[in-house]
Amino acid sequence: MKYLASIGSYFIMLREVFKKPTKWRIMKSLILKEIDELIFSSLGIIIFISFFIGAVVTIQTALNLTNPIIPKNLIGFTARQSVILEFAPTFVSIIMAGKVGSYITSSIGSMRVTEQIDALEVMGINALNYLVFPKIIAMLFYPFAISIGMFVGIFGGWVAGVSGGYLTSADFVDGLQLDFIPFHITYAFLKTIVFALLIATIPSFHGFYMKGGALEVGKASTTAFVWTSVAIIIANYVLTQLLLG
Amino acid sequence: MIEVNDIHKSFGDNEVLKGVTTSFEKGKTNLIIGQSGSGKTVFLKCLLGLFEPEKGTIVYDGSAYSELKPEQKRSLRQEMGMVFQGSALFDFMTVEGNVMFPLEMFTKQSKSEMQDRVNSVLKRVNLIDAHKRYPAQISGGMQKRVAIARAIVMNPKYLFCDEPNSGLDPKTAILIDNLIQEITEEYDITTVINTHDMNSVMEIGQKILFLKNGLKEWEGTNKEIFKTDNAAVTDFVYSSDLFKKVRQMYIEERN
Repeated sequence: MKYLASIGSYFIMLREVFKKPTKWRIMKSLILKEIDELIFSSLGIIIFISFFIGAVVTIQTALNLTNPIIPKNLIGFTARQSVILEFAPTFVSIIMAGKVGSYITSSIGSMRVTEQIDALEVMGINALNYLVFPKIIAMLFYPFAISIGMFVGIFGGWVAGVSGGYLTSADFVDGLQLDFIPFHITYAFLKTIVFALLIATIPSFHGFYMKGGALEVGKASTTAFVWTSVAIIIANYVLTQLLLG
Repeated sequence: MIEVNDIHKSFGDNEVLKGVTTSFEKGKTNLIIGQSGSGKTVFLKCLLGLFEPEKGTIVYDGSAYSELKPEQKRSLRQEMGMVFQGSALFDFMTVEGNVMFPLEMFTKQSKSEMQDRVNSVLKRVNLIDAHKRYPAQISGGMQKRVAIARAIVMNPKYLFCDEPNSGLDPKTAILIDNLIQEITEEYDITTVINTHDMNSVMEIGQKILFLKNGLKEWEGTNKEIFKTDNAAVTDFVYSSDLFKKVRQMYIEERN
């Protein structure tokens, strides 16, 4: 019952976010600030994770394809499919639920604890629009970060595959081009946009409606990470069934 | 002027305000006092429009808040300034940014007009030299003064303060009290202060409302509070040895 009430409150919050918009001049600067804090500051970790994930996927695939009949280019094919379909959009999003999500919850939660949100409301400002809307818009640029993750992941696979002597560069590139279905890219970006909205809104909800002090801010961040991850995993299943099933 | 008529406010089964009626005059510092849990904060939040009373009305210069349209409520909110207990300054903005914030949000003034207004209020609260600093880089007393500057920058008709001198040393607390009183008289605004600081009561209590268990127990001025025989008020006012001695001296003088 408590969970249902929370889900209901979450959707009510989403409705409130789009009401009583803040002046565009101010909103524009808030959006740019959030793009910097949520997207650009995450690029480093996205690139780092993607490179090594791509490398590990390639090595593991190569080590498991011991049958000489199976062509080597299948390693490149597997790396491409794994990185584009799952590792870049889903795995990185779960990491981002921790990094970006906890930042969002703790920043909004701290504002709640220190009465900054009350100050906004007393002034007649829609605090949800002021605080959450720029984060939602900023996170719409998240697919851009994921596309870099895809590229770097595949590059990591190529580096690991070729430098480890598992296959030649030509085999890897040939595998990358094998049976390429452009819709897979569309699918990956569609689900990235859904994950971006979940990463922006679920932690905001937990930060905005938290009660208590500094300790509760920490607890809210953890809870937000858990629920964002759960939502991403469920959304991943539903979207995969709908778009590819 | 704010007139409060028989307001009731509950949270679940807990009735916090049980029918408070009072009025707060323009150009005066009106203090709400009472023990913790007496309903002071809920009462102040009702005045601010953050809580809606289940029963009763709050009338701001002739306009009953509950009868206003959402747009009118929003306009009224812009005529209110609030100083929070913890200052509630936006920590990602400088002192200047905090004070300019309401102007940026609600006016169409040019950058230079806003800058002039910010400079004038910062000067008024003696903080002109700290305008580029962040809230974390200034003292608690300075933060309170920034909060006051932010609250008055829009020329409000009503100023609300929740424990404005909590956490401050007695000297700074008196400075803040005096600043609030001076601003109230200078700008001719209706100021309502939630406090349990007896120094504030003595310094600036031009009108005092004493709440007990969600009800108005007593009201009067800082001169009258020391003469009252109301047991709940005397119990609250003379809870410290210092004030017990003050009362004793007063009684001896009277006799």
